[in-house]
Amino acid sequence: MDAGLFYQLVSKMGFYHLTLGNILMWIIGIILITLGITKQYEPLLLVPIGFGILVVNLPLTDLMKEGHLLWVFYHFAIDRWDILPPIIFMGIGAMTDFGPVIANPKTLLLGAAAQFGVYATFFGSLLMGFNIKEAASIGIIGGADGPTTIFLTSQLAPHLLGAAAVAAYSYMALVPIIQPPIMKLLTTKEERKIKMKRLRKVSNLEKIGFPLLATIVICLLVPASAPLVGMFMVGNLFRECGVVERLSKTAQNELINIVTIFLGLCIGATMSAQVFLKPGSLYIFFLGLFAFCFSTAAGLLLAKFMNLFLKDKINPLIGAAGVSAVPMAARVAQVVAREEDKKNFILMHAMGPNVAGTIGTATAAGLFLSMLLK
Amino acid sequence: MSVEVMSPISGKILEVYVQVGDQVNEDDELFSIEAMKMQNPIYADSSGIVKEIKVKQDDEVKEDAVLLILE
Repeated sequence: MDAGLFYQLVSKMGFYHLTLGNILMWIIGIILITLGITKQYEPLLLVPIGFGILVVNLPLTDLMKEGHLLWVFYHFAIDRWDILPPIIFMGIGAMTDFGPVIANPKTLLLGAAAQFGVYATFFGSLLMGFNIKEAASIGIIGGADGPTTIFLTSQLAPHLLGAAAVAAYSYMALVPIIQPPIMKLLTTKEERKIKMKRLRKVSNLEKIGFPLLATIVICLLVPASAPLVGMFMVGNLFRECGVVERLSKTAQNELINIVTIFLGLCIGATMSAQVFLKPGSLYIFFLGLFAFCFSTAAGLLLAKFMNLFLKDKINPLIGAAGVSAVPMAARVAQVVAREEDKKNFILMHAMGPNVAGTIGTATAAGLFLSMLLK
Repeated sequence: MSVEVMSPISGKILEVYVQVGDQVNEDDELFSIEAMKMQNPIYADSSGIVKEIKVKQDDEVKEDAVLLILE
């Protein structure tokens, strides 16, 4: 075999084109898969995302080249039509019980307070030199809501999609580590011991009326949030109306699972070495963390502020659940409360701000879209 | 005098730690209930002897359901 032919053969192998960046990205992909498997950090997302990162960093596979497999998924399902995040939202809506919000509507305020971190980080990112669309995409990480982050970023700053999505899902997974120190810092022992009154029973009529009313009000206020909020609420209506159990089950099981596979692979596939390995990605992780901490603090502080006026005090720990990582943030509120008083149950109370936070983040995303997309 | 131990939360009984006739003390763990995919230990509010257990493992219970009667 002559040297020319041999060279040609070798040059068609991926090995020949490997860069240090590719290998670094493999390591990142494998770390995400490992965290998913061993620590169960959002495995449903981190496993496909990690694999997506790995395959897209194999030279010459061209999976993200126009017309190729992952490009087709990405282009049609996220980039061009942005349909996957709203479908995920429908599934989450079908899993969500709005009972705690309906029983205690004050918790809507706590869910809204947690969006302060989104806006604070938006301005912080602007100061750090990101452009206005990038800043909105980074700020929304503070809501700790993966689908919303993907929905917004793919429209405003697609080049940041991988970093923003991985940051959002990482912080969702790290809620039990990031939140408790902030919660303990900002509340007193006595406040953490506050027992809350049992939530009142919520009627079926209220549960069916809520998604309808919420859709009308939120979509009239912020029309651009309709894809997320509308899909969330139709999923919730399926759940609560009691006559379409098949649709409700499909939305919260098979359909969301199918969509999650494509979403995870596509997000991973956007993270090629040349796109991801930039200082900007590190800033995004740092700013996203700031956003998330700020949101936690805002929820806690608003709850304390509300207690100045309330006869039946609320346990301020539930304010931290305003970040929308459902139901992790509510569980964390329960765990921290239990450390002070093992018979205190605030889990269901914390679900109020928690689900309200999901709507809050989706609405904030809609606000950004209507401000920034012409 | 008998005391009813009620569930503070809706969920599924994961574990029952006591049997009829057991002596329990205040703050002993009686049940573990799963709610929102989280294990919630349920403790005794007072001491006494277990007279009757109303639930078993894997039962779904509603908030305020009677779980156990202490005497």
